[in-house]
Amino acid sequence: MSGSMLYAALLVAQAMTALAMALASWRLLRGPRAHDRVLALDTMYVNAMLLLLIFGMREASTFYFEAALVIGMLGFVSTAALAKFLLRGEVIE
Amino acid sequence: MTHLADVPPLVAWLVAVLTLAGAAFALIGSIGLLRLRTFYERIHPPTMGTTLGVGCVLLASMLLFSTLAMRPVVHEIVIAVFVVLTTPVTYMLLVRAAIHRDRVAREDAARAGETPRGDRASPRLP
Repeated sequence: MSGSMLYAALLVAQAMTALAMALASWRLLRGPRAHDRVLALDTMYVNAMLLLLIFGMREASTFYFEAALVIGMLGFVSTAALAKFLLRGEVIE
Repeated sequence: MTHLADVPPLVAWLVAVLTLAGAAFALIGSIGLLRLRTFYERIHPPTMGTTLGVGCVLLASMLLFSTLAMRPVVHEIVIAVFVVLTTPVTYMLLVRAAIHRDRVAREDAARAGETPRGDRASPRLP
């Protein structure tokens, strides 16, 4: 009984996180300037990490935890690199 | 779904509420990212997903895996520490880049107002 409730709750949470990713990708496509797009990309990274964590809870496996850790690190590195490029690219130009 | 049936009801309710709260925080953060008007307003909502959202989901994950393995499973703390350390760094860099780009755009507009065809090719802003 509580098991199926938990399963349904995890499914709903996955749907909400996927909707959050869709909204962030809408901002990524629409964003008027480049730093809006970088911010939307960072939000998508965090939401993808949450999605993988919830999926790992649903499947009871720790592989998804490691994938979520890798996504978090890649998100940090890529966002920092893009922000640094936005900061420095126009100084050179 | 078979492993979820072994979870005691109290833990199941706690995990469900924490996971739903975390997903709701992430969703509200993304809605705010889409709805607010300026970039300096838009930088605020995603931080809700990266702090409370990630915290709630990681707490639920720790609770569920500790209950399933019958021993403390705390490797999710790695993600929590990493996210807490890196999110302020990236957002500080982003806001600094945005302030710099806005200043450059303003100066270019002022210069274009004085001389319509400047000697220096102004970067076209996206």
